[in-house]
Amino acid sequence: MPFLALYAAPRLVSLSPVDLVIVVFYFALVLSIGWYLRGHARTGEDYFMAGREMTAWIAGLSFLSANLGSLELMGWAAAAYQYGILATHWYWIGAIPAMLFLALVMMPFYYISRTHSVPGYLKLRFGESSRALSAISFAFMTVLMSGINMYSMALVMKVVLGWDIHFSIWVSSITVAIYVALGGLRSAIFNEVLQFILIWAGALLIPILGLIEAGGWTNLKLQIAHNASAQYTHLWSTMGSFTDNPMGIHWTGIVFGLGFVISFGYWTTDFLVVQRVLSAKDMRAAELAPIIGAAFKSLVPFIVILPGLLGLAVLPMKLTGETAAVASGGHSYNEVLPLMLARYCGPGLLGLGITALIAGFMSGMAGNVSAFTTVWTYDIYRALIKKDGSDHHYVNMGRWTTILGVLISVGTAYLVMQFASIMDYVQALFSFFIAPLFGTVLLGMLWKRATGPAGFWGLLAGTLSSIGMYAWVKVDHTALRYVALSPNARDMAENMYRALWSWVVCVLVTVVVSYLTSPKPESELDGLVYGVTKIPEQGEYPLFHRPAFWATVVGIGFVVLNILVW
Amino acid sequence: MKNMRRELPIWLFAGISLLVNGILITAAGIWEIVHPPANPVVLFRLHANVWWGAVLAALGLFFCIRFAPKREP
Repeated sequence: MPFLALYAAPRLVSLSPVDLVIVVFYFALVLSIGWYLRGHARTGEDYFMAGREMTAWIAGLSFLSANLGSLELMGWAAAAYQYGILATHWYWIGAIPAMLFLALVMMPFYYISRTHSVPGYLKLRFGESSRALSAISFAFMTVLMSGINMYSMALVMKVVLGWDIHFSIWVSSITVAIYVALGGLRSAIFNEVLQFILIWAGALLIPILGLIEAGGWTNLKLQIAHNASAQYTHLWSTMGSFTDNPMGIHWTGIVFGLGFVISFGYWTTDFLVVQRVLSAKDMRAAELAPIIGAAFKSLVPFIVILPGLLGLAVLPMKLTGETAAVASGGHSYNEVLPLMLARYCGPGLLGLGITALIAGFMSGMAGNVSAFTTVWTYDIYRALIKKDGSDHHYVNMGRWTTILGVLISVGTAYLVMQFASIMDYVQALFSFFIAPLFGTVLLGMLWKRATGPAGFWGLLAGTLSSIGMYAWVKVDHTALRYVALSPNARDMAENMYRALWSWVVCVLVTVVVSYLTSPKPESELDGLVYGVTKIPEQGEYPLFHRPAFWATVVGIGFVVLNILVW
Repeated sequence: MKNMRRELPIWLFAGISLLVNGILITAAGIWEIVHPPANPVVLFRLHANVWWGAVLAALGLFFCIRFAPKREP
């Protein structure tokens, strides 16, 4: 656990009274929103799906904001300092194509089927066993991840501000529990939009001032070439070989592992983000929401990656890995964003920057908790434990599950505090499910011949193969040459290829079992599968209102950005 | 849209947040001009907190006015 070593480091910044007022005002505002919205979450549809009445902008910004938490800001700024502009792949090819695919291809099926969740779609398409496997694994991992993020946030506050770690854990978790339990998904979404705006307001000034200090982009590249390497500012041109770039990865791993399997798996099947889009008020809003999210996602590197690159150019000290930083008493990669914040931001701005960090963490935590609540209530409790409860009963269950989910997260946070290695295992566990789930959902939506048993066995085989490859490399490190195609591959490259192979296994098993079992009649697949579902036409809308038009605009922007930093 | 007509829009909350933060940040920046700190931040001469705070306050004010609840006729 990389942040653990920071525990002993001295604080990086001190807040002035005006900074503290800004932080306290933020907490007061999010709690006020939760209190205000408590009366708008009386039915299950209100509490778990925000009434399905969010506009495309609200659903789209919330869709992105739920992902902006979980160490996103600090972690990827650190990765940019360590690996250079290659970290941008996780924002562009690792997100944009998948988000556009979700909007144009998959969203119609999620929306028309009126499912409450991704496991709920699997129930409709493949049956109860697939839903149970997916729901239990998702609920379990989501609440654990929430706890890990909570602990990481508390640790960051300890390192950056010197705040007591228990104080940070309890204040943030109680705040999230209150506003999500009161207002349900609507409250989570409202706060995520607010958090999204605060993140930009607090973080955008760093790259602006950094570029002024560095003397513009061209001078920045020259300084990075001098201080580190010219490789650090090229996105694609160094990816012809595993040994030519700081990340030790080949372009095939980025394109097929990250750009296809991991990215599509996360952005199209992880219920944490998909839930936000399902709350859209109509099908056009549901399609536009991921496109709006994709447009802003393509800009996020300016507030996350660019500060890391600027750190390479303007910071007077050399940042290192955690072990070296602890040994030398210096600073680590993970501190690059707070260091840049402290470099440029005086009183007031510092408070806003810290608020942006807190907002990022809390939006991720609220996203985890609200998704967990829905999957537990609808896909586990109602499906397997109590099938005949009233709507009021399930709303109450949702409120209590929110509080319980937060408490389990707090428990996980304390567990990680005692056994740091748990964090690595849980993150690996989470990755086991994403890639195979994408294979199952994709075949379910696009191939009407896929059968119920095939969906279950494909998902199970893909997951087990991923676990098997992970264990194989752990036991025998030389297995890396088979799993990641090179003995020089590093951790990130191994993750890319492991995801790719587990997806292939899932698809192959699903196809084979499908041909060995009887398919559902087409009448039962209406609204679930391409070819037997009537998709509403968008032709009656003017060109500028059509999702396909805006997807094309974002797609062109994506290509241009990649070429600009090739 | 049954509830949306009755509830305050999120953009109003965002406006309040930007307006309050913008005013606080600008005020802190002006205070720093009058009482320069012993250890100023890099590029202190640009007084980023003054103009960035003003931008946030202006944006927040626009959102507050644009999305304020309208009185029923």
